[in-house]
Amino acid sequence: MASQPAPVSGEIIVRVNNVRKTYRSTVAVEHVDLEIRRGEFFTLLGPSGSGKTTTLRLIAGFELPDSGMIEINGADVTKKPPYDRDINTVFQDYALFPHMSVAQNIAYGLETRGVKRADIITRVDEALRMVRLEGFGERLPAQLSGGQRQRVGLARAIVNRPQVLLLDEPLGALDLKLRQEMQSELKRIQAEVNITFLYVTHDQEEALTMSDRLAVFNKGRIEQMGTPVEVYEKPSTEFVANFLGTTNILDRDGRRIMIRPEKMVLTGSGDTLAAAGYHGEPGIVRDAIYVGMFSRYLVELSGGAVVTVVQQNLDRFSASQARQRGEHVQVSWRPENVNAL
Amino acid sequence: METRFTRIALGLWTAAILLFLFVPIVLIIIYAFNASNIQSFPIQGFTLKWFGSAWQNDEIRTALWLSARVGIVSTTIAVLLGTAMAFAVHRFQFFGKEAVSLVVVLPIALPGILTGMALNSFFVFWGMGLSYWTIVIGHATFCIVIVYNNVIARLRRVSGSLEEASADLGANTFTTFRRVTLPLISTSLIAGGLLAFALSFDEVIVTTFTAGAQNTLPLWIFGAIRLGQRLPEVNVVVLAVMAFTIVPVLFAFRMMDQTTDSTGK
Repeated sequence: MASQPAPVSGEIIVRVNNVRKTYRSTVAVEHVDLEIRRGEFFTLLGPSGSGKTTTLRLIAGFELPDSGMIEINGADVTKKPPYDRDINTVFQDYALFPHMSVAQNIAYGLETRGVKRADIITRVDEALRMVRLEGFGERLPAQLSGGQRQRVGLARAIVNRPQVLLLDEPLGALDLKLRQEMQSELKRIQAEVNITFLYVTHDQEEALTMSDRLAVFNKGRIEQMGTPVEVYEKPSTEFVANFLGTTNILDRDGRRIMIRPEKMVLTGSGDTLAAAGYHGEPGIVRDAIYVGMFSRYLVELSGGAVVTVVQQNLDRFSASQARQRGEHVQVSWRPENVNAL
Repeated sequence: METRFTRIALGLWTAAILLFLFVPIVLIIIYAFNASNIQSFPIQGFTLKWFGSAWQNDEIRTALWLSARVGIVSTTIAVLLGTAMAFAVHRFQFFGKEAVSLVVVLPIALPGILTGMALNSFFVFWGMGLSYWTIVIGHATFCIVIVYNNVIARLRRVSGSLEEASADLGANTFTTFRRVTLPLISTSLIAGGLLAFALSFDEVIVTTFTAGAQNTLPLWIFGAIRLGQRLPEVNVVVLAVMAFTIVPVLFAFRMMDQTTDSTGK
């Protein structure tokens, strides 16, 4: 999916201000500040236990913060229960009501808000069509596959046309192929309904491909916030650099610097690329791995550090032309691709 | 890998145990149709006359009616209190929670004679005459356990995110209980209630200590056997008690079987 410009108006729809939440003596999140704009696909990314799900649950109202403030659409909802917030959630375990049919599940939110019977029927049909489950209305959740249940969960939330849709690792329980299919489904649906999506995931690729902006969580705090390009190309901490893809971290001239493996070039030991503006260092290939589209090399630099270098296999790969283990090489990179940490 | 011999031996052993358990019961059923009033095997002939005379007997009818009322009222109390208890223990963290959940279950683990004597002393101490209500209270103590166990087991299986989903979809606490929680635990409530009723209906020991002049059906049977009177009618009554208790127990087991599909997991 190409990251297309989002229909972002700049208006803040969700504002989280210096929120802190503890469970007994453990700090789940602290100093969390977020500003999510209307129409955005915003992702909270981080490893498990980093505070991303807690932040989502605080916005949903399932948990109340110890301190700080949460605003939705300009109104302070910090102390309000979930049923007084104009948002809906898609749950990781789907949380479909097992004693209700698919249609009853989807109608539930409309009924509690007193929508007229005739309108409910139309809107449920519309929601079923949107998630491509026409004709499944009378089934029970137990009669559906995992992917279908997730679609029902999505329909049940979207049918209420909330200001913000919260998605808590919605694809976590699906297998890879289904997950990729649902990723594009989600983007399609978001474009169709034009609702702000707040998405929680631990999958960095998912976060990069789907988000307009993302916040990277670590140990209860936000480490960095920005567009996928900003966060990947200019990570502000070592954690972010390592969590989104792989990276090489070197100590040079008393600074710690970071270079992505794909931004390094391998040449023969004599071939410096200095004339082309590259900085180069000699090294020895310690390992060479053929991955198909590219090859991955582990190179020990003369200073002792081992870096990962990724080279695209632009021409048909032949073992004789590839760098061999033990070969002396030159590793080069452009200074502008270096990030100081 | 089991040999042919062990399979046959295990089969025979199982058959022997089943016979040991059920031959006495079958015997009583057969005796209920015995034409003679002397219990000997094989029976002298087939008759239904004891059913009629049992039904005509005022003592038996009074006892049956008392047992039914005690069962229904103590089950109702147990359903209300046991469910409330299960929710409290499942939902909330409070000081002494583990102790409370043990104490609730204790009446079923204690020998009935302890519960019976304790209740008896308590009623006498406070000068409460033994009556219909003391029987109900006695039965409620162990009926609560049955309901509590059933409901809490179900609550533990119902996914917590279902109630969150309901709140998320705009339902307040009461609506969530009425439309999501209650339907999901209803079969465990009914199963618990049926089992509690069955237990109350054939209870002897606690009843002995908490009943005054009244006779519940099991107490009447016990008395009649001790005095060696009306044995043919006793067989008929036992048959009736069995029918009364087995049916709810069977229903209860079917209800408890409705597990995975109805709990959202």
